[in-house]
Amino acid sequence: MAWTRNVMRVNLTKGTIKREPLNMEWAMEYLGQRGLATKYFVEEVDPKVDPLSPENKMIMTTGPLTGTMASTGGRYSVVTKGPLTGAIACSNSGGFIGAEIKSAGWDMIIFEGRSKKPVYLYVENDRAELLDARDLWGKSVWDTDHELHKRHQDPLIRVAAVGRAAEKGCLYAAIVNDLHRAAGRSGVGTVMASKNLKAVVVRGTRGVGNIRDPKAFMKAVNAGKKVLHDNAVTGAGLPKYGTQVLMNVINEIGASPTRNMREVQFEGASKISGEAMHEIRKSDGKANLVTNAACFGCTIACGRISVIDKNHYTVVNSPKYWGASGGLEYEAAWALGNDTGVDDLDALTYANFLCNEDGIDPISFGSTVAAAMELYETGAITKKDTGGIDLKFGSAEALTKITELTCRGEGFGKIIGLGSRRLCEKYGHPELSMTVKSQEFPAYDPRGIQGMGLAYATSNRGACHLRGYTVASEVMGIPEKTDPLTTDGKPALVKAFQDATAVVDSTGLCVFTTFAWTLNDIQPQIAAACEGDWSMEKLHEVGERIWNMERMFNNAAGFTARDDTLPRRLLTEPARTGPARGKANMLDKMLPEYYRLRGWTPEGTPTKETRARLGL
Amino acid sequence: MRITLKLFASLQEHLPADARNQGTEVVIGENDTPYQLLDRFHVPRKMAHLVILNGVYLNPPEREKPVFKEGDVLAVWPPVAGG
Repeated sequence: MAWTRNVMRVNLTKGTIKREPLNMEWAMEYLGQRGLATKYFVEEVDPKVDPLSPENKMIMTTGPLTGTMASTGGRYSVVTKGPLTGAIACSNSGGFIGAEIKSAGWDMIIFEGRSKKPVYLYVENDRAELLDARDLWGKSVWDTDHELHKRHQDPLIRVAAVGRAAEKGCLYAAIVNDLHRAAGRSGVGTVMASKNLKAVVVRGTRGVGNIRDPKAFMKAVNAGKKVLHDNAVTGAGLPKYGTQVLMNVINEIGASPTRNMREVQFEGASKISGEAMHEIRKSDGKANLVTNAACFGCTIACGRISVIDKNHYTVVNSPKYWGASGGLEYEAAWALGNDTGVDDLDALTYANFLCNEDGIDPISFGSTVAAAMELYETGAITKKDTGGIDLKFGSAEALTKITELTCRGEGFGKIIGLGSRRLCEKYGHPELSMTVKSQEFPAYDPRGIQGMGLAYATSNRGACHLRGYTVASEVMGIPEKTDPLTTDGKPALVKAFQDATAVVDSTGLCVFTTFAWTLNDIQPQIAAACEGDWSMEKLHEVGERIWNMERMFNNAAGFTARDDTLPRRLLTEPARTGPARGKANMLDKMLPEYYRLRGWTPEGTPTKETRARLGL
Repeated sequence: MRITLKLFASLQEHLPADARNQGTEVVIGENDTPYQLLDRFHVPRKMAHLVILNGVYLNPPEREKPVFKEGDVLAVWPPVAGG
């Protein structure tokens, strides 16, 4: 079965906690995690709901393979309506708390309402209670984690918490678990704080059983682990260089958005790359990278653990940051670095530490700072607005100062916390906001990787690489190489990636396995663990169903085909260097075919036939 | 002619000790191919997954052809991915 079949429903308004059986009919159609929790969400929540009102709900959810022996089976997701976008939000995280929730005997926890005073949820297997968090309010994630471990006198509890940024209304606040893993995008942490829920603390000792055919499962799991081990990406490249190995690749091919996406190549990329993290610093004789790290059950271990030079200006007077902690992943390094023009590796690492410490999405944050820097350059923002910060592109000091302010929700950091769209509108230049559906872009320029333009424009949670990562095919040749500079075949490629990713996100496994695995490697693991029909055909159908369900929620929330677009800069200002020189993104050549392949009307809504075929 | 060879990730170890920013300038013959150049630096052909000439991917048959011109940049990676 793999599912525990238990759902915990926490009503924060009433202070009640109830157990209810998992809806197994839905599980057979939506699998788990992203798919199943979104099904619960769309059934229970009005699409027009104000994301920060008590009427919005927030679901922490595991997948059927979370907490099992499957490699990378430690994932959980948070599903809600996002305050940054007003669209469906589903943020996925690793670390250990996902497996702990499952091990405590729960598939998902549904939070509804709003507590009158700050509380945290404490779960120990069957026992769950809401406890007073008034003394934790105003503390960072790291201080909250430390305090909760001390209070419960149990080193094995797992903590997911929000920091000061979420409390102060930063619209892209994250929920951080295990100190430096995060459900990072779309502001799920802001929703959690709006409910006066400071943390979720879990201790599970039951283990995860209920496997339909344990022998077949272990056979499938071991076969999958061998594939990951033998693959050059998951067995060697990712453990050694992490996702940061992409910094030089993407820059070299001219698809690295730079200085608020004005340019497509960053001259400082090699200084902040995965290779650079291995280099010994002249200043203290140490490398930025201390070691790699793995989440629960992961045999890839792509995580970065870094140290900052103690004499670096950012930490010279702050011993708190002298220890090793979660280092730069590619997306954070890009957003904090290339997009702001900053090439100081230790400054970026410090900013990244702060994003973890107080729980903000470094992608949205870095991109918003980049927009502010362009506004500053044009004179739309002055030192009067920034509180004296000289917010120039390339200034590490300005970046780290504004990071401190945003994480604490102070001064100009409050404005940066609103995100790029609201910032640019406030200062009269909406065209400078590099966003789709109000969410900031990640690290791949759609002028140099054409398919990603379509993936961004149609992503159900706003600009995002993790909803359809065609970079794998267009750049890395996984599963096969396509030309990043053309639009041929991209609508079908985007659809295939979107649907397959929706399945992976519903299993409890990490999407990084798909650099080595296809659904053909994942299917035997699901089929052996879960009751029901989990053929390849069924999985493809489930992925497509999930995508359309999310789309229909967004349509009902007010999104239309007009929102499936890119900022004018990316559609009309050609790249000035690199292979994409002279090219803008050719979205109009891809979108109509994409709608047709999806079975949607020209207005971007699933047709009656499509809904009937998918049971929606 | 002179071109720049850049080797990244685990292929860095094949660069000469004085290489900077993962790259080194090399003198090659007019008919040299990318694979011949990689052979010179003892880069196993099977590890040359992403072979990128001036930012543009070269598929395996193109790596057997004399594609270079003065001032080109050839950048090579083993299989890599991220996100």
